Amino acid sequence: METIELTSALEQGKDTLEAIVKESGVQVTRCYQCGKCTGGCPVAFAMDKAPREIMRLLQLGLVEEALRSKTIWLCASCDTCSTRCPREVDIAKVMETLRIMAKKKGYITEKRMDLFHNLFLKSVETTGRVYEGGLVLGRNILGMQPFRDVHLGPSMFLKGKISPLPHIIKDNGEVKKIFANVRKRGGNV
Amino acid sequence: MKYAYFPGCSLSSTGLEYDMSTRKVAQALGIDLWEIPEWNCCGASSAHLTDQLLALALPARNLAIAEAEGLDVAIPCAACYARSKATEVEVRASKEMEQTISEVIERPYTGKARARALLDIFVKDYGLDAIGTMVNKPLKGLKVVSYYGCLLVRPPKLGFDDPEDPQSMDSLIEALGGTPLNWAFKTECCGAAHATAQGEIGLSMIERILSGAKEVGADCIATACPLCMNNLDMRQNQATAKTGEQYNLPIFYFTELMGLALGLKPEELGVNKHFVNTSEVLNKLNEALTRRDTP
Repeated sequence: METIELTSALEQGKDTLEAIVKESGVQVTRCYQCGKCTGGCPVAFAMDKAPREIMRLLQLGLVEEALRSKTIWLCASCDTCSTRCPREVDIAKVMETLRIMAKKKGYITEKRMDLFHNLFLKSVETTGRVYEGGLVLGRNILGMQPFRDVHLGPSMFLKGKISPLPHIIKDNGEVKKIFANVRKRGGNV
Repeated sequence: MKYAYFPGCSLSSTGLEYDMSTRKVAQALGIDLWEIPEWNCCGASSAHLTDQLLALALPARNLAIAEAEGLDVAIPCAACYARSKATEVEVRASKEMEQTISEVIERPYTGKARARALLDIFVKDYGLDAIGTMVNKPLKGLKVVSYYGCLLVRPPKLGFDDPEDPQSMDSLIEALGGTPLNWAFKTECCGAAHATAQGEIGLSMIERILSGAKEVGADCIATACPLCMNNLDMRQNQATAKTGEQYNLPIFYFTELMGLALGLKPEELGVNKHFVNTSEVLNKLNEALTRRDTP
């Protein structure tokens, strides 16, 4: 078992923790570790660290460990934890903030989830909307799982649920500008 | 009654039936839906996990177009609703945010145009009594579990119903002549995009919801979210392959059930586009009506 020097950890993690508190607007010290978030979390079974543990890591200044967890990528943003927290800690918002920060630092522990979101936003920037057919195709090819869900393709097509080509909105320049303006303000997209 | 209409990306693709049934039902009720011209994707479910400002700005463009027309926005998709509502609330809460957003989208948006969930519009604005008077094919004997999912009622400050035990869809089913059943999974998460990106994890989540509905003896599940629909309908046989359980549970958008009760044809509503066969439920409804009509 690894030994951790908690006093120095708190000092080392201070700046990152401050950034997380500022970005999310959540005071992590409010959490009193009751575990209600984890009890209600529908994805806890698949996480490497439970939501309660993530909150504890942050309280102890062990921010790197939280940022390198799979948990922050597996959180489904369903908000059950934040809704039920007796201390009104917005845990889902913390997960969201950690994930954005992890991505900036290049800690991507769930590559398929990351790929999905990148393809999604690429589609929105290019066409103004999400082209679901292209999204699934990209996921299969780039995610190296070429045959995933292929059996669904033909019937989706016949039901008219997947079109062969994306719809490109007329004012798409406006959407491209939104992305450009967000980047100008330091956005990581 | 007139609203701006934001269908969202899924409703022009995998959630086609939701769009078809929304338009048909609104027309039957005399609600005027003005589709936002050249609307853009609201960014759900990826923008908020990538950049906060982008997540607020994408829905803002659609809201700004509606605001210029002086209309609130009717949004069927639960995810689009949650993202758009978050933008509206943030913009209304701070002048600084209003300015930032308006600069990023290069259009004015003050938060005056509100994001409204279509379900809420039917239940609160139009009213259950008024809907009840329009029903001519009641959903007699149909046992329905209402599945609200996560984003329609959470987070609580953005929702329009109880976040743990919402009632609006249940009371709508009742107004349509159906029997709403109580169950434990009303607001349980279906895994959203997990089934697409992380198959095994997503399937476990889907399977629990289907089992929960089966356990209370539901004939079908009603939903207000195209992603929930895809997960529970399209992937139902994947869940069966995993567990060996035959669920045999048709999933309906609540708008489809409304349309059926208003006497619209299943095909007009897109009910024939589902993966899980709906004929058993449709037959059951017809039989109940025939019994009612024969003295």
